[in-house]
Amino acid sequence: MADEALFLLLHNEMVSGVYKSAEQGEVENGRCITKLENMGFRVGQGLIERFTKDTARFKDELDIMKFICKDFWTTVFKKQIDNLRTNHQGIYVLQDNKFRLLTQMSAGKQYLEHASKYLAFTCGLIRGGLSNLGIKSIVTAEVSSMPA
Amino acid sequence: MSSELFTLTYGALVTQLCKDYENDEDVNKQLDKMGYNIGVRLIEDFLARSNVGRCHDFRETADVIAKVAFKMYLGITPSITNWSPAGDEFSLILENNPLVDFVELPDNHSSLIYSNLLCGVLRGALEMVQMAVEAKFVQDTLKGDGVTEIRMRFIRRIEDNLPAGEE
Repeated sequence: MADEALFLLLHNEMVSGVYKSAEQGEVENGRCITKLENMGFRVGQGLIERFTKDTARFKDELDIMKFICKDFWTTVFKKQIDNLRTNHQGIYVLQDNKFRLLTQMSAGKQYLEHASKYLAFTCGLIRGGLSNLGIKSIVTAEVSSMPA
Repeated sequence: MSSELFTLTYGALVTQLCKDYENDEDVNKQLDKMGYNIGVRLIEDFLARSNVGRCHDFRETADVIAKVAFKMYLGITPSITNWSPAGDEFSLILENNPLVDFVELPDNHSSLIYSNLLCGVLRGALEMVQMAVEAKFVQDTLKGDGVTEIRMRFIRRIEDNLPAGEE
């Protein structure tokens, strides 16, 4: 199903819709990001419930992170996470070299600062998924260069 | 599987809009506007993927919408019925609407048109192929009807306007 195009467009609309309804100002920017993240959170919770209905119990945190990187990411973005790093003390870095939601935007420095708006929803998605698997977390995102 | 992602995201969006705007009418308008913006871009994606030629009349358009477009993006094939005698209005009947999986409308939102995004999408997409149409829901499973029905009305063909002074 060419569902992906539909989801991409909906996501972009959501981001611009949320920003349009807010007024200018630094404070508003943070609030919009929070709104988007919260939406992602609810969606993540629901999604993870559907996906893990039949999978076996996870052995440990690392197992859960691997699940997120492989199965969860594949179902949502049709590819796996390219790189997972951890310090074995609770910090995990997931690296995606070709993030689906950003590939449509031009490569280069121009839109780098706006990229964070598009990542808020996905951060919420991961946080929601983890929360329903029993892990409380904080998820932040960073874009070093488009479309990564 | 990823249709659930879309359904859930849409649900989160509508919930957020209901919180932001106090009354259902505003939410409906906002959904329609967002749908319009999505539609004008979706049509390009659709034409690129599906390779259909130009439609010669409204009936062909209706067929393409139901059998190709809906199938491609939502995985359902609505049926086309209720053609008006003049051939400018028809109904799309959706047996099941993927947007409303897992959804229930609470009582205090009875005038909310949950799937109004679809109307906007149809309107925006068709405007990009030079057709001004009106789309609205006349039946909705969320409100207790048996099926979901969208009434499409052809208003006029849009001519390209040349800027004044250039003939």
